[in-house]
Amino acid sequence: MPADFLSNLYVFILAGFVGFEVIKRVSPLLHTPLMSLTNALDAIVVVAAIIIAGRHETTLTTVLGAIAVAASFSNMVGGFVITDRMLRMFKSGRSKQS
Amino acid sequence: MNALGLQEYLDFAYIVAVVLFILSLKFLSSPTTARWGVLAGEVGAALAVVATLFNPEVTAYKWILIPLIIGAGVGVPLGLVHMTAVPQRTALSHAFGALSAAMIGIAEYYVGTSPVSRFQMGEIALEVIIGSLTFTGSLIAAGKLQEILPQRPIVYRGQNLVSLSVLAGALGLAVALVVNPGNALLFPIMVIVALIFGVLLVTPIGGADMPTVISLLNSYAGFSAALLGFVLNSKVLVVAGALDGSSGFILSVIMCKAMNRSFTNVMFGAFGQVQVAAAGAKEERVVRSATADEAAAILSAANKVVIVPGYGMAVAQAQHKVRELYDLLSKKGVDVRFAIHPVAGRMPGHMNVLLAEADIPYDRLIEMDEINGDFPQTDVALVIGANDVTNPAARTDQTSPIFGMPILDVDKAHTVMVIKRSMSPGFAGIDNPLYYLDNNLMLFGDAKQFVGAIVKELGGH
Repeated sequence: MPADFLSNLYVFILAGFVGFEVIKRVSPLLHTPLMSLTNALDAIVVVAAIIIAGRHETTLTTVLGAIAVAASFSNMVGGFVITDRMLRMFKSGRSKQS
Repeated sequence: MNALGLQEYLDFAYIVAVVLFILSLKFLSSPTTARWGVLAGEVGAALAVVATLFNPEVTAYKWILIPLIIGAGVGVPLGLVHMTAVPQRTALSHAFGALSAAMIGIAEYYVGTSPVSRFQMGEIALEVIIGSLTFTGSLIAAGKLQEILPQRPIVYRGQNLVSLSVLAGALGLAVALVVNPGNALLFPIMVIVALIFGVLLVTPIGGADMPTVISLLNSYAGFSAALLGFVLNSKVLVVAGALDGSSGFILSVIMCKAMNRSFTNVMFGAFGQVQVAAAGAKEERVVRSATADEAAAILSAANKVVIVPGYGMAVAQAQHKVRELYDLLSKKGVDVRFAIHPVAGRMPGHMNVLLAEADIPYDRLIEMDEINGDFPQTDVALVIGANDVTNPAARTDQTSPIFGMPILDVDKAHTVMVIKRSMSPGFAGIDNPLYYLDNNLMLFGDAKQFVGAIVKELGGH
């Protein structure tokens, strides 16, 4: 078993607990923006895709990497755009009157 | 100590990005700070992407910049869709995320000249299987939500056996690959089998179960990214994937609880196939209906009104008319609030987004547990396009398929009014005894038109 695996497992477990604690505090009011925001954050796989495509090792891996770059980057851009649009709509009764 | 190398700077950028991602989700705990969350996420993501472009391994910029432009070209319009299309957009983004994770996993199998180690093969196989099934499963879900595919469950005899055999096939191929990672023929077959399983997994699931399914797919997409982090030894992917995965998982649990069902029951239960035969046997019962001017008179005489929106309101795009009704009643001094069931609509939080879009203040949107105690003191409960989440059989009738599901206790209000197209049973085919109660009035018609007619009556006075 590679040593990297264990350190990644530590990180995974700790991040899982942090995620659980943070996300259970998110108001149900915002569950739809929560899903689009985590989706945009998850699109960080684009960094791995950039490395695969940018290494340009074989045609196959470069094409696979390029598809991955496009798919994840569209999630990143679209996810942030729609999350912000949704959150801008949530106004409280008080702020509406002022 | 030596000066830091480029690699250390890049790693440091990733660490900052991870911290910003966690803060981003933390800001989302309140609507007042939530937009800071988007900003924190954007800064973190931009930092990580720019840092990666400086990675010395990256040389072929042409192969990066063109896909980045295409991605932005697809992403921006998908970020600007109409709010009623948010569920299918979300399903589509799960598909893109999973596609990306699967593609990178597949590429990782083919890079290098020597075959991957057995341990790596196991990681890659698992990651690629989850990514592939999430990709096709999410596409099917998006198709159902867009109504390109039928929303009802598609079922046939022996379905679960077929689906599980296909999954077993994919896992069997994965095991064979771990035994002999050099067997390059098996790898693409495993990918195809996993893609097929994704289709089989979601096809039998009906529209009403979409909130759970979309959350589960969210969770799978996240965990496939985390697994990819293991494959590539990238901590930033492990953290982002774990956050996304646990978010989807928590939402799935909330959705399942709100329907009083288990994961296995949602995935393999094909809801609503059970009770169709029983419905015809009942004797004719009395249903009272009212017209728009009668409904308007009842509403304006009330002190406390609770509006219960459901998927029908979204389909009819009635939220703006509902806002007009809210404004008129509020102006008359009526206390109007909205009762939100966790699984109302097609994804978690769906109703909140639609009502916020129509400019209804979020402090008027009340969760089920908070508002249920207030129904006995409510003069009028107005149900717009919701059915199963108001069905009192869930409390009383042990034979009902939804028995035990937490519902909004609208039947305890002094008067209940239900806007509905006809008496035909709802999506799940479950009879709703609410409609035959003495304090219930049916308002037959399209949600948008009927609310519009009430608004006209109220505006006329």
